[in-house]
Amino acid sequence: MSKQTSLMSNLRGPWTLLKKELLRFWRVAFQTVAAPVITALLYLLIFSHALEGHVHVYDGVPYTAFLVPGLIMMSVLQNAFANSSSSLIQSKVMGNLVFVLLTPLTHFQFFIAFLFAAIIRGLVVGLCIYLVAMWFVDIHITNFWLILAFALLGSALLGTFGIIAGIWADRFDQMAAFQNFIIMPLSFLSGVFYSIHSLPPFWQKLSHLNPFFYMIDGFRYGFFGKGDVSPLLSLSIVGASFLVLALITLKMLKSGYKLRA
Amino acid sequence: MNHAIKINGIHKSFGGLHALKGIDLTIEQGEFFALLGPNGAGKSTLISILAGLIKADAGNISVMGFDVVNQYQQARQLLGVVPQELVFDPFFNVREMLRFQAGYFGRGPENDAWVDEVLEGLGLTDKAQTNMRKLSGGMKRRALIAQALAHKPPVIVLDEPTAGVDVELRQMLWEFIKKLNRDGHTIILTTHYLEEAEALCSRVGMMKQGEIVALDSTANLLNKFAGKQLRLTLGDVSLPPGIQALLRTQERGVFTFALDDMAQIEFVLSSLRSANIKVIDMQLNEADLEDVFMSLVGKSSASVSI
Repeated sequence: MSKQTSLMSNLRGPWTLLKKELLRFWRVAFQTVAAPVITALLYLLIFSHALEGHVHVYDGVPYTAFLVPGLIMMSVLQNAFANSSSSLIQSKVMGNLVFVLLTPLTHFQFFIAFLFAAIIRGLVVGLCIYLVAMWFVDIHITNFWLILAFALLGSALLGTFGIIAGIWADRFDQMAAFQNFIIMPLSFLSGVFYSIHSLPPFWQKLSHLNPFFYMIDGFRYGFFGKGDVSPLLSLSIVGASFLVLALITLKMLKSGYKLRA
Repeated sequence: MNHAIKINGIHKSFGGLHALKGIDLTIEQGEFFALLGPNGAGKSTLISILAGLIKADAGNISVMGFDVVNQYQQARQLLGVVPQELVFDPFFNVREMLRFQAGYFGRGPENDAWVDEVLEGLGLTDKAQTNMRKLSGGMKRRALIAQALAHKPPVIVLDEPTAGVDVELRQMLWEFIKKLNRDGHTIILTTHYLEEAEALCSRVGMMKQGEIVALDSTANLLNKFAGKQLRLTLGDVSLPPGIQALLRTQERGVFTFALDDMAQIEFVLSSLRSANIKVIDMQLNEADLEDVFMSLVGKSSASVSI
C-alpha cells in the first residue's frame, strides 16, 4: 500500500507538469492547433494547384498526394519544437518557471513532461491536418507503424531540441532566431515539396546532412512504400539523433544550466 | 528533533562580488525568524541557495536534516518559498495554479481541503476561478503566497511578502501566518517593515555585506543594542557635565538621551534637579529594531530597506 502510494505520488509530480503543459497549449488551441492546420492546408492548396502535373515525384504518385505526408510531418516537427521552446522561454521571461524549479521534480521528470507535451501537440496538429486533407486528397497508408514511429520519434527529437532552445535562449528574439535560421530552413529544405532525386547531385548530398530529410522521407515511406532512402536508415538516424539530443538536454537540466545560477 | 534549517559556512561569489561570506545559521522547528538587512546584504541569495535556485560555492544547507543539494527532493518537499518577484502564470486561474503546485509535490485531490483553507486564510476564495493575469497586484501577491503553501510545507520562507502591499492584506496575511506558526510551521521572513519583524518574530538575524552581524532573540537585540530613549523638554539651558555623555540629540530645547537601562533615568533627573533645571515635558521611548539596525548598519532608515 505504502509503496503503491509512494509510486502514485512520484508519478503525480511529472503527470501534473505534463497536464499543465497540455492545458497551456489547449487553452490557446486556436493559435497552437488551428493556425498551423490552416497554414499547412494553404501550402497544400497553393502548391498542389501550381505544381500538380509539372513536378514528377514517384511513379504513380500524384504530386498533391506526395505533398500531404510531407506537410503533415513538417507541421508535426515545427509544432513539437514550438511547444517546448515557447513554453520554456515564456516561463523564463515571465519568471514563473520558478514555481517548477522550487519543486522536488527531478531533471528527468521535468524532461519527460515537456517532451510528452511536445509530442502530443505535434501529433494533434498532424492528425488534424490528415483528417482535413483526406477530404480533398486520396491518401493511402502502406505501413501505419512506420508512420507512427516517425511521427513519435520526429516530434520527440524536435520537442527535445525545443527544450534546449528554451533553456538556452534568454529573450524572445533569440528564440525567433532559432525558429527562422534553423527550424524553418531545415524543414523547407528537407524534401517536403519535392523528392531530393530531382535535385542536382551536390544538393542531393547536402540534403543527406539534414536530419529533417530523414524524418520527412521515412514518414512518407509509411504512406507510399517508397522513399529516397531506406526507412530503416532514416529510423536509425532519427533515433540516434534523438538519443544524442536527449542526453545533452538531460545533462543541461541536471547541471541547472541557465536555470539555476 | 532535527533543526528546521541548518546553514553551514555558505559562501557565494558573483564574479568579483563576494555576496555571502561564510554564513552559519540554525533555525529551530516552530520558530518565527526574521532575516533583516539592507538591499544587497545577501538575504535573497541565501534564500535562493536554500531553495535550490542558486548553487553555493562552499558550505551546505539542510532542511529538517535533508541536504538541499544531495537530498533536494526530500528537502524541497518540506520547504515552501514565496519568491520576492511578483510572478504568475497567465494561462490559469488561482485554483488551478494551486492544484498544479500541490501536484508537483505529489499531492492529489486529498489536498483540496488544504487548498480551500489557504484560499480562505488569504482572502482569495472569491477569486479562486479568476485568471491570474486579471488579478490586481495585491491579489497576485496573495496568490503567490498561496502557491508556496499549496503543499502544506512545514518550513515556510517569505521573501519580502508584504512589499508594496496594502495594510489590510498585511494584517490578513500575518494573522494567517501566525496561525500557521501556532500550528507548528516554521516561518522565516525577510521584510522591509521592521515593525512587522518586531511584532511577529521571536528571533532576528541581521545581515550586512554577506555576513550575519547580529543574531539573537528580538528582545535581547532590543536590549543589547538600542536601550531606551528619554526625551526631555528643558528649554534653553546648559546641561550639567555628568549627563553630557548620554545626550544624543538636542533641538529647540528638546534633549534626547540614550539610556542603557531604567536606572539611568533617575541619574539624569537628579543631575538636572541638582543643576536647578526644570523639566517641562518628558517622554520615554522604547527602542525598536530600527534603532538596532541603525546602530549595526550605521545608515538612516530612509536610505536602507530591511
